[in-house]
Amino acid sequence: MSEPLVVMRDVNKHFGDLHVLQDINLEVDKGEVVILIGPSGSGKSTLCRTINRLETFESGSISIDGKELPEEGKELAALRADVGMVFQSFNLFAHKTILENVTLGPIKVRGTKKADAEKRARELLDRVGIGHQAEKYPAQLSGGQQQRVAIARSLAMDPKVMLFDEPTSALDPEMINEVLDVMVELAKSGMTMIVVTHEMGFARKAANRVVFLSDGQIVEQATPEEFFTNPTSDRAKDFLGKILTH
Amino acid sequence: MVDILRNYDILGAFWVTIQLSVLSAVGALVIGTVVAVFRVSPVGVLRVIGSLYVNLIRNTPLTLLMASSILGLSFVLGLSISDQATRNAYWWAVIMLAVYHAAFVCEALRSGVNTIPAGQAEAARSIGLTFGQSMREVLLPQAFRGAIAPLGSTLIALIKNTTVAAVILGTAESAGLLAQITENEGASLGTFFIFALGFVILTLPLGIATTNLSRRLAVKR
Repeated sequence: MSEPLVVMRDVNKHFGDLHVLQDINLEVDKGEVVILIGPSGSGKSTLCRTINRLETFESGSISIDGKELPEEGKELAALRADVGMVFQSFNLFAHKTILENVTLGPIKVRGTKKADAEKRARELLDRVGIGHQAEKYPAQLSGGQQQRVAIARSLAMDPKVMLFDEPTSALDPEMINEVLDVMVELAKSGMTMIVVTHEMGFARKAANRVVFLSDGQIVEQATPEEFFTNPTSDRAKDFLGKILTH
Repeated sequence: MVDILRNYDILGAFWVTIQLSVLSAVGALVIGTVVAVFRVSPVGVLRVIGSLYVNLIRNTPLTLLMASSILGLSFVLGLSISDQATRNAYWWAVIMLAVYHAAFVCEALRSGVNTIPAGQAEAARSIGLTFGQSMREVLLPQAFRGAIAPLGSTLIALIKNTTVAAVILGTAESAGLLAQITENEGASLGTFFIFALGFVILTLPLGIATTNLSRRLAVKR
């Protein structure tokens, strides 16, 4: 039995007086797809962002593939290279073409040759359906297309685990599915994924486990089917009641 | 009027003005970029050094910096760049112009950095780029594009401020020569017009060019 890929132990974080993460303990196995769900302000995005230290935390530890997160500097950069991250607002590099967005990491961080990086980038862009737009700039693409490029940019680093911080929340409704389709395919290919989302269709189709957070605490964990049909905690029932009744 | 043009090397003086402008502009851009990186770095000490530099230099009159370079640094402390007095003054003028305008270049760049959404830096870090790489590859290129217009204003100010170098350069550059002509030949509107035209020729195209460039290179979001 090998060690889980991501291990969080007693992680605590405050934003001023707000105790935004309270003694978080979470383990994610290799190949597992975990959904973080919870009301606004529950700390789910913060939790996701602490895993690659875009947010600092005060106490506790987080390790990835057996290595504990370093504080800052080159070691942290090296570790971040192994952790893909997809943001709500895409964050493609605005001054670079789509192709350059995907090849920047491999060339600068992994030291891949430009020609090899471009070949791989085109394969990944084809995989997410943006292959024919490689020479365009991010602002020329729709939100859904930009988000698929962002996924390809992360994949180009061959990450051990991918974090998704509300990847479809900034998208127009008709573009949500094109992004979710890519994510479902990724989950099926065996990628370890931690996803902050309210997309229950995606959770049912692709997730192994749903983690419900409220007020900075993990309140409940279950399979998607169990969680959505038969939640045990009052807070989860209350939350699901609010998002399911309209 | 014709006598003045024949007897004084006005073109030569403007050539010195151009040299001072180009050399100190390059210096100011290099120093200003370094100071700007200091000011946005995650290391507290560097941020303090950066802001000390900007506040100290920006609030000191350029004439004072010019005079103190020759009187203080060169004559008293013996920091001489060249044995030849005019070369020494020339290089001190370049250094002081560069050091002074670097503070303004830094602030122009920092305002450029501030136009970049925080997500760009986060995305750069999350693919494993180090602080230096994020700066070089993602933040500074966008900051320069956002800062072209204010950088243009700084360069125009620099060109006009080269006239302050007359304090230590004497008649070698345009403002010094103008003073000498006025002294010898009496003040005339014609002479002033020639020198004013010289500066317009130097600065106006630069302003038009940077405005166009900033429009063409603007990062679309």
